[in-house]
Amino acid sequence: MARNALNIEIPEKLDGLGALEPYQGVWTKLQKGWMSEQTVPPAIKARMPHTSKMCDSLEEAILKCNPQDGMTVSFHHHLRSGDDILVQAMTILANMGIKDIILASSSLTSAHEPILPFIEQGIISQIYSSGIRGAIGEACARGIMKKPFVIHSHGGRVRSVQTGKIKIDLAIIAASAADEEGNATGSHGPSAFGSIGYAMIDAWYAKQVVVVTDNLVDYPCVPPSIRQNYVDYVVEVDSIGDAKKIASGTTRITKAPLDLRIAKLASEAIIHSGLFKNGISFQVGAGGASLAVAKFVREAMKKHEIVGSFLLGGVTSYGVNMLNEGLFRAIFDVQSFDAAVSQSIMNNPYHIEIGAALYANPFNCGCMINKLDIVVLGALEVDVNFNVNVITGSEGDVRGASGGHSDTAAGANLTIVVCPSFRGRLPIIKKKVNNVVTPGDSVDIVVTERGICVNPKNIELEQKLKKAGLNIKKIQDLEIEVDKITGQPDPIEHTDKVVGVIEYRDGTIIDTIKQIKE
Amino acid sequence: MNQNKINKRRSMLYIPGNNPAMLQQAGVYGADSVLLDLEDAVALNQKDAARILVRNMLKSNDFYNCEISVRLNHIETPFGIHDLEEIIPLQPDAVRLPKTENVEELKKVFEIIEKIEDAHGLPHTKTKVHVMIESALGVQNVYELASFSPRIDAITIGGQDLTADMQIEKSKDNYGIDYARKRIVMASKATKIDAVDTVYVDVEDEEGLREETVYIKKLGFTGKAVINPRQINIVNEVFTPTESEIRKAYRIVKAYYENKAKDIGVFAVDGKMVDAPVVTRAIHTLTLADIDPETIK
Repeated sequence: MARNALNIEIPEKLDGLGALEPYQGVWTKLQKGWMSEQTVPPAIKARMPHTSKMCDSLEEAILKCNPQDGMTVSFHHHLRSGDDILVQAMTILANMGIKDIILASSSLTSAHEPILPFIEQGIISQIYSSGIRGAIGEACARGIMKKPFVIHSHGGRVRSVQTGKIKIDLAIIAASAADEEGNATGSHGPSAFGSIGYAMIDAWYAKQVVVVTDNLVDYPCVPPSIRQNYVDYVVEVDSIGDAKKIASGTTRITKAPLDLRIAKLASEAIIHSGLFKNGISFQVGAGGASLAVAKFVREAMKKHEIVGSFLLGGVTSYGVNMLNEGLFRAIFDVQSFDAAVSQSIMNNPYHIEIGAALYANPFNCGCMINKLDIVVLGALEVDVNFNVNVITGSEGDVRGASGGHSDTAAGANLTIVVCPSFRGRLPIIKKKVNNVVTPGDSVDIVVTERGICVNPKNIELEQKLKKAGLNIKKIQDLEIEVDKITGQPDPIEHTDKVVGVIEYRDGTIIDTIKQIKE
Repeated sequence: MNQNKINKRRSMLYIPGNNPAMLQQAGVYGADSVLLDLEDAVALNQKDAARILVRNMLKSNDFYNCEISVRLNHIETPFGIHDLEEIIPLQPDAVRLPKTENVEELKKVFEIIEKIEDAHGLPHTKTKVHVMIESALGVQNVYELASFSPRIDAITIGGQDLTADMQIEKSKDNYGIDYARKRIVMASKATKIDAVDTVYVDVEDEEGLREETVYIKKLGFTGKAVINPRQINIVNEVFTPTESEIRKAYRIVKAYYENKAKDIGVFAVDGKMVDAPVVTRAIHTLTLADIDPETIK
C-alpha cells in the first residue's frame, strides 16, 4: 500500500486493473513534456471498394464484429437520459451468451439502469466511465462487480484509450443522422443531440465500429462528425432514444433563490478577479448555481461591453444565445446539454464541435482547457484543503460524475467551485471529503451562500476580492460555522475491499472507493 | 443577533415565521433587513408554533449583517400580546406593527413594550418600531403616527390591505395607492425617518419590479419590502448609487470638510453651489455606498 500526494492510501495493484500509480500532483506528470506510458496504435483496417456496410439490425452488426467473452464495448452518453442504444446493445450481447464484458461508456445515466441484472449476472464484469448514478451506482458501491470499476475524467478517458488501458473491441456509436458509409453526426435529425465529441476517440481506436442511427440520410451525411474511414458497419433502427429526455432538463436557469445567490456571488468574484476583460474564455456546468453564473456574467459582459474569446465544454442553449449576442466569438462544444444547441452546431461556423482529446486530454500539445480563463464547477462536497468530491454521496453510494471536473480545474486560470454550505441536514463544506475527484491544488475559490473561500495559495486573488468588498472567509472557519448548524454525520462504514478507483486525468490514482458495509 | 449599526434599509425580505428552513437561511441572501413574519404569512392555527420558532431563531440563528425585524400580530388580535411577550425580551432590531391606524393603538403597544422591557431590565431604546400603514384611516393619520415617538424609525405601507380597505382592485401600476405612497413619504421626510414601500407580488416579473422600484425611489422611499430572495438584487441595485453619483458625492463631502476648516459655509463643486442640504444628500449617498463620510476628512 502506497500513499499518494494527498496522503490517501492506494493499493500497489488490484485484480482486474494491475499495477496502480499513486497520484503525484496536478501537473507533476505533465512537466516533462511527454507521457511516460506507451501508446498503442489505433486499429488499422481494410475494406474492398463498393462493399456495403449496411446491416439489417443491430444484432446482425454486432454478430459481424465477432463478439467474445471478455471484450470491451464502448458507448457515448450524448443521448443522456434518453439513450436506448446502450441497453439494446448490451441486451443483444447478453442474449448471445457473451460474458465478462468490460463496459466503457463515456458516462452512465438513469437510462442505463436496465443493465443492472447484467452486472449482477457477471455479463458485465467491469465498468470504465466518467460517471455512474442511480441503482447502478448503489450496486457498484456495494461491490456487486467482479472487478473494480474505474472513474475517469473526460480527458483521462482519451489517454486511457490511447494507452490501451481501455482497449475497445467494439464501439457502438448512436447518431441522429448518418449515411450508408458511416459518416455520422448528432447535429440534426429527429433525435438530434448536438456534439458527438466523446465518441470521436472510440471511432478512431476501436477494433470494430458500428454506427446506429434512426435517420439514415443520403450520402454524404454532413457534417461528418464521425468519418466513414473509421466505421465498419451502419445500422438503421426505429429510434435511438427519447428525444425529450435527451434535453436533460438541467439547462434552464434555476429559480432557486439559494442557487441564484451563490451564482451572483460567484459572478462578483469573476468580475473582480482581474480576468474579466476582453478576450475572456469561460466554461460553466449545466444546471443549478453553476449555469446560473452564466446569467450574471452575461449581464455584466453587456454592462461592461466585454467581448469574450470562447465558451467551452458542455454547451447549453444559454451559451448559444451568448454567442449569438456577440458576447463570445466562438463556442468549442464537446457535449451539448440541450437539443436546441444542435441547430447552432449545424448552422454557425463559430460553434465548433470538438472531440474529448482536443477538449481535455492532458497528453498532447495543448488541449482547449489549457486556454481556459474561468471555469465554474459544482460539488457534492468540498474539504478544508479545497479537495472536491463529485462522485460519492453521503451514504457512500456512487452517484455523480467526474466528467470534465478535474480536467477543467487543472487547466483554467481561475477555478470556481459553487455549492451550498450544507444541503438539508448534510454539511457540504467538511473537514474531509468522502472521496477526492478534483484535488484542492487545482481549485482557486469555493463560493457558498455564507461566504467565499479563497485557496491560500492564491493570496493575490484573495486581496483583490477583499478589496472589492466581497465576504471572504477562511474555509476552516466556514467549516466550523456549518458544523454548528448541521453537526457531524456518522462516518460511512466501509469494508477494506476496494470496489472502484478514481483515476486522475494523468492516469494516476487519486482515490479509491471502498465497499459500503451492509 | 446582529449588533451592527443599521445605516441602510434598501431591501426588507419577508420570511414566514413558521418556515424553519427559510428562517435559517434568511441572512444569506444579501437583504439589508429580514422581516420575520408572525402575521399574514402564518395561518391562524400555526400562530403559536411560528412565535416559538421565531423566538428560538432570534436566540440561536446567525442573520449575519441583516437588520432583524419581526412583524407582530395586531394588538387587538388574540395573538398580539403573546407576540410582544415572547419577542420583546429578545430585543430584535425592530418590531413592525401592522394595520396601525391611530395614536391610541401606539400608546397601548408602547406601554406594553416598555413594561416588558422594564420587567427584563432592558433599555427602551434598542428595539425600534416600524409602523405599517394599511388602511385609509392610517394614511390620513400618518404624520401623527410617524411622529409619535423617536423610537419609530420607519414607516411602511402595505399595498394589499390598503387597496382592500379602499375597496379597489390592486392594479399592477398601483395607481390606487399613489396618493397614500406620497403622503407616507412626506410624513417620513417631515419626521426624518425611513419610508419603506410595499412588496411587488409578481416574482417572475423582474422588469416590472425594477420599474416600480425606480418609481418609488423617485417618490422618496428609502427601501422596499420583498417577498422572494430573487427580488433583493434588483431592489438593492436601484437603491445603490451609481459610480458617478458616488464620485460626485465624494467631491462634495471632501470640499465640505476643506471649506468647513476655513469656516466657509457655501462653496462650489463642479461649478455648482453647494450648501447644507446638498452636503446632507451627499453624505447619505456615500452611506448607501458603504463609504463612511468621516473617512474623507
